[in-house]
Amino acid sequence: MAERNLSCARWRILKPCQSPDPLTKMSDTVLDVEALDVRYGPVRAVRGISFDVARGGITALLGANGAGKSSTLMAIAGVVPVASGRVSLFGQPTTKSAPDAIVRSGVGICPEGRRVFASLSVEENLIVAGTALAPAPVAAARRDEMMQRFPILGERRRQLAGLLSGGEQQMLAVARALMGAPKLLLMDEPSLGLAPQMVDTIFSIIEELQREGISILLVEQNAALALEVASHAVVMANGEIAGQGTPADLAGDTLLKSAYLAA
Amino acid sequence: MDQLLQQLINALSLGGIYAMLALGLAIVFSIIGLINFAHGDIMTFGGYGIFLSMVFGFPPVAALCIGLGAAVVMALAMERTAFRVMRGADVISLLITSFAVSEILKVFFQNGISARPVPISFPAAWSGSYQIGGMTIGVAPTASILVTIISLGCLTFVLRHLAIGMAMRAAAEDFDMLRMLGVRANRVVAAAFAISGLLAGIAAVIWTAQRGSVDPMMGFFPVLKAFIATVLGGLGSLGGAVLGGFVVGTLEVLTQAFLPDALAPYRDAIVLSAVIAVLLVRPDGLLPARTSARS
Repeated sequence: MAERNLSCARWRILKPCQSPDPLTKMSDTVLDVEALDVRYGPVRAVRGISFDVARGGITALLGANGAGKSSTLMAIAGVVPVASGRVSLFGQPTTKSAPDAIVRSGVGICPEGRRVFASLSVEENLIVAGTALAPAPVAAARRDEMMQRFPILGERRRQLAGLLSGGEQQMLAVARALMGAPKLLLMDEPSLGLAPQMVDTIFSIIEELQREGISILLVEQNAALALEVASHAVVMANGEIAGQGTPADLAGDTLLKSAYLAA
Repeated sequence: MDQLLQQLINALSLGGIYAMLALGLAIVFSIIGLINFAHGDIMTFGGYGIFLSMVFGFPPVAALCIGLGAAVVMALAMERTAFRVMRGADVISLLITSFAVSEILKVFFQNGISARPVPISFPAAWSGSYQIGGMTIGVAPTASILVTIISLGCLTFVLRHLAIGMAMRAAAEDFDMLRMLGVRANRVVAAAFAISGLLAGIAAVIWTAQRGSVDPMMGFFPVLKAFIATVLGGLGSLGGAVLGGFVVGTLEVLTQAFLPDALAPYRDAIVLSAVIAVLLVRPDGLLPARTSARS
């Protein structure tokens, strides 16, 4: 996947970007997904779904295991190719952009399974995350900021990331995603495999980030938990959208229950 | 005793060359999964760089620097023209691509320069020797060991302390995750090729300075040994590549020095049997690479 299709931001010096419709530009969505299809060979994991993520809110993407949530997230991130449909971030089309270009346009990614670099120290993980996204002094300042926000990372800065506990690794994964000061954070199953107390900590961090103005798209199997923090929820089943609405809409609905049982 | 020490110096000198070549192979393999069969031709190209700049009248030291630069340029050119378009292909396709690159370059060397060895005349002092405590030690092996130590030291510094080095270690562990942090994939890959080319260039400098000639197959045999070294050390493991290089170099020198004449023709067979024996006990090599095998 070469960097052939960069978002036009990079070429702004050469020629002005095709200015999008002023209404969309001013609109309150940071992410717009239209008729998205993701295929793995003959398997159609995501089937023509459309939804958007509001600026400043937490949007939860819910559904049973295998419903297509992670595939959707990875397609938005450019990690798996979009078979058909459109993805726009901050009003710019990014359907065919490479993941690194998407991240540089203002997206932070916390992937499933945390994926910290186990053989690098905590600090080195943050250094690597900062190199591409900020000039060296800014990156260094952000590193200090992260170690203050997550004191445990400061204490373990020289320790190998592979030796951290699951919850600490999740904090590192969040800190790493924040190194580029993203406007939108994509989080895939942040509670997976963590002790209940740590899950609470991670979710209070998520709420804190939202209060700071970061828009969040949260993929979560633990629907009850996600609905507590979300401002909007999208429920997926078998690669399609089974329904969407506010947590209040969904709470009394049987939709959520059937979506989980359907798979 | 004296002879043993002298052979040890030879072993370190040869092992150092193998270690640098193996390291170049391992750095590239660990990041993009390419076993670069054309790595030997990068070394050969560096050798011809030295030869041609001597022909054009550059002083020997300048010629060596030009040779180094030529190797780096060749490594980067290979990446840009042949391997970048194949990014993400499976190991076999990449391997075959590198065979093709290697064959093309060999044809250019044979037809463009000469199929036979061309001589390079370095100052006589370089092939001299000096005495320490009754021991005769060659200048070239000594220089070779020093250069190896300095190169490995610098590389360790880059990998441990510079951001690009950390990114390369991270890339070896989980390349896709690195891209999800906004790091430009092409830059990290190009840096890996540049370092591997630089190491091959240093190997070319030491090799030609010791042997005084260049031929189209110059890089082939040492890189073959370096392949064995990377497998022995653990494919994709940088520490393993260095260790493997020194082990193979030492085995080779010691078998050459101490094997009875009758067994001499079986030298390579004995070295390779020893490698196989090690791999039977440790199939992942001496120092296996750590990767979080993800698709």
